[in-house]
Amino acid sequence: MIRLSIPLRQVLSRLSLPVLIAAAFGAMLLGKADALLIERARMALADLLSPVWAVAQEPVGAVRDLVRDAGQLWEMRGENARLREENDRLHRWQATALALEAENSMLRRQLAWIPDPAPNFFTSRVVADGGGTYARAVLLATASQTPARKGQVALDERGFVGRVTEVGSRSARVLLATDINSRIPVTLENSRARAIMVGNNAARPRLQHWPEGQVPREGDRVVTSAEAGAFPSGLPVGVVRWTESGAPEVELFARLDRLDIVRLFDFGLSGILPPEAVARPEPRQRR
Amino acid sequence: MKPPVRGRIQPPTGLLRRVDAIMRGAFPTMATLVLMIAGAVPVGAPGLVMALCLPCVFFWTVFRPAAMPPPAVFGLGVAQDLLAHAPFASGVLVLLAAHGAALRLRGFVARQGFGTVWMIYCGVAAGAAALAWALQGLLDWRLPPTSPGLHQAAISIGIYPCLAWLLSRAHRALAESEA
Repeated sequence: MIRLSIPLRQVLSRLSLPVLIAAAFGAMLLGKADALLIERARMALADLLSPVWAVAQEPVGAVRDLVRDAGQLWEMRGENARLREENDRLHRWQATALALEAENSMLRRQLAWIPDPAPNFFTSRVVADGGGTYARAVLLATASQTPARKGQVALDERGFVGRVTEVGSRSARVLLATDINSRIPVTLENSRARAIMVGNNAARPRLQHWPEGQVPREGDRVVTSAEAGAFPSGLPVGVVRWTESGAPEVELFARLDRLDIVRLFDFGLSGILPPEAVARPEPRQRR
Repeated sequence: MKPPVRGRIQPPTGLLRRVDAIMRGAFPTMATLVLMIAGAVPVGAPGLVMALCLPCVFFWTVFRPAAMPPPAVFGLGVAQDLLAHAPFASGVLVLLAAHGAALRLRGFVARQGFGTVWMIYCGVAAGAAALAWALQGLLDWRLPPTSPGLHQAAISIGIYPCLAWLLSRAHRALAESEA
């Protein structure tokens, strides 16, 4: 050990802080000037310490897993309560459904109810939007052996889309419910009131001609009506929405802006067909 | 809390005694270093290294300045900047400034109760955050965001009571072994 005189040692100890602060400034400039050197030192230190960290990571990881498990358990508790509540609710609904089923079967026995025949349908792909005579229509590609005919009803996976108006050998055109020429007889499901759904080339067709005193209410479900023999009754169409200007519109279930595949149902109806077919309604094709 | 015992007689030179004295003198620095390395374990708590280093340096400077000389502070600062990926040497400067301030204040601080010391530490941590922010702005020549610095100061202020409890036990043990 080097022996220093006491005054010298005092001076050194008093000087060391300012000198070190100056050195820190120097190191800062060095770090700014030669970033690579610092980076290398950093990597060397990290290499040196990585085994230590790897060992320390073990308990930390264990604790973290524990915390996550505890969180999951806690969530599970909440979810359990929710499921139990939902289960109760579903039980009530099941009871309701069973009661209704029983009542239904009883009524059918009483009335000698003849169930509706299951309709034939086939799917076809939408190949083009718009074009033709109508502003809102889509063109479907149909195979030559598929029995496309006028008056068939097009539905997508959610609800009513439109009606076939023209049929070619490999294609068919569907007039969408939103077209200005479209007039669909509908029923408001709650009040069983009839109305006409009139397209206006906008996204939501309007409702018109509902019976006196039975104004469509916001949120009523709208289904097709069998009036005039063009549609079967009960196909899901949409929900009533009142505009700000006070006109009832139908928010369609079907997503007409992104149709890709539609199902064409043949209900064997030929109530109102596009003009040239009125004189000579085609018979339903039997398979 | 006992004031550190100073100016005692040099014990007779035996190897074990020398080693003992060196270990005792190096304990605060080493303990701080180990804490910092532990704080750098990637657990998803950013800024822990700096938040751990500053209270240790402050505590030992106030209560045992002989064990936390400026060169040790400098070394800790370098280690901190390397571990925490901070702009190099800005942390060194901040620690040295905190050390200097604590040295100035220690005659007053060391006699106070825990609450007052903590309050004073809050001021020191805030000052350190401001200095670190200014230095970073100076180095990058644009205004750095303030939230990381505030976050770090808050962690360090919050962690101080825990650390102070541990460190004061260590300090008492050291003082007892020296007496």
